[in-house]
Amino acid sequence: MYRFDFSILGGSTIPVLADGMLVTLEITATALAAGMLIGAALAILRGSRWRAAAWLAAAYVNLFRSVPLVMVLLWFFLVVPQLLQSALGLSPSVDVRMASALVAYSLFEAAYFSEIIRAGIASVPEGQMDAARALGMPRLLAMRLIVLPQALRNMAPMVLTQAIVLFQDTALVYVSALADFFGQAYGIGERSGRLVEMLLFAGAVYFAISFSLSLAARRLGQASPAVRGTASAAARG
Amino acid sequence: MYHWHWGIFLSPTGTGETYLGWLFSGLGLTVALGLVAWLLALVLGAAVGIARTVPNRVVRALAGAYVEVLRNVPLMVQLFTAYFVVPELLPPELGDAVKRMNPVAQQFLAAALCLGLYTSARIAEQVRSGIESLAGHQRSSALALGLTLPQAYRHVLLPLAFRIILPPLSSEFMTVFKNSAVASMIGLLELAAQGRQLVDYTSQPYEAFIAVTALYLALNLSALRVMRFVEAKTRVPGFATAK
Repeated sequence: MYRFDFSILGGSTIPVLADGMLVTLEITATALAAGMLIGAALAILRGSRWRAAAWLAAAYVNLFRSVPLVMVLLWFFLVVPQLLQSALGLSPSVDVRMASALVAYSLFEAAYFSEIIRAGIASVPEGQMDAARALGMPRLLAMRLIVLPQALRNMAPMVLTQAIVLFQDTALVYVSALADFFGQAYGIGERSGRLVEMLLFAGAVYFAISFSLSLAARRLGQASPAVRGTASAAARG
Repeated sequence: MYHWHWGIFLSPTGTGETYLGWLFSGLGLTVALGLVAWLLALVLGAAVGIARTVPNRVVRALAGAYVEVLRNVPLMVQLFTAYFVVPELLPPELGDAVKRMNPVAQQFLAAALCLGLYTSARIAEQVRSGIESLAGHQRSSALALGLTLPQAYRHVLLPLAFRIILPPLSSEFMTVFKNSAVASMIGLLELAAQGRQLVDYTSQPYEAFIAVTALYLALNLSALRVMRFVEAKTRVPGFATAK
């Protein structure tokens, strides 16, 4: 029988793991913010009357949604750093792994967030835009003041769910040997011969964080239909 | 300046194959891994999804715990656990037998089991929501007509539920091939890993990655075709499936 020994978790390893968790959270937060911004731009472009732009945005989203994240990360770690170094004249010793990771996750997540934002905008009844336009609001102002605030509330649960997926996916930066939480846990386990304990511990930490966030997402999902509720109540008369 | 050299795929690798051969062996592993995991996921996912809707509370809670654990731990952590941890925790004879396996077989086994279990939790959620969307009266009517609970599932609830969840199930089918790329992390030379190997051996990174991307796109389109075909075959006239 295997004898577990969790004594490896202690004063010398916990700070290292905490540092790793900071890297994980930094990637998650950056990709969430940048992914949502780029995703919003993509969603707006896809609805634009400028055909070429709409087509390009759709192609971007479909391309990134059809390939594995692992492959996109490999692309960025193997190809883009060389490109950056030759383009910006950086010396090969400059560590661009973190920058590459942030860009890769942001561009990849943007494709998924653009779909969520599109669905969020579509969930706001068209009458809202029509009414705002009838009151004399320009389209963009109506979008900003009337449609987007309602869309944001409707898509909040989906955004949080995607954020949880993103948080879990950050473990894949392992391909670049960047020391995120998983990388640190794996490294400690391998060096100390306690890989079994460290992997189980890492899994437990990911579970605790993701599960509590997904409970929050569920609660948000139950709370937010306030907006849709008024719309359907109005429709029922 | 970058020198494009598409002919690289036809040059020999030094082990009696061409680089194109590497790509296709990677594609083959990706397809095989995806299909094996999918079959496992469909069977387990249907069972767990049903278990989440039965009247028995204990069964429901156990099935719920299964889904939550598999959905809230990153796939890669699960894969490393399946590959490095599980053989240690098995009874010694079994664990040693696993460790003595051919490394590729061991990687494939761990990846297929892990990907299958992970996907089964996602399918279970779809099956559960499909059954729940039928509302209580389908079940009550079936039971009132004298069907037993298993019969009600077999003849009424499941045939309807599976048709309702076909669209999300289709996208899950495409996802399983994408997720299979995680197997490259434990050293299985599937498509993404072959792409990486090609970069290392040929120093023609753009050709390698464009080829791998194109193969993933083709795989995605084929999976979509298959599911469209299934959707058309199982359509019941007059019964609208959820869009």
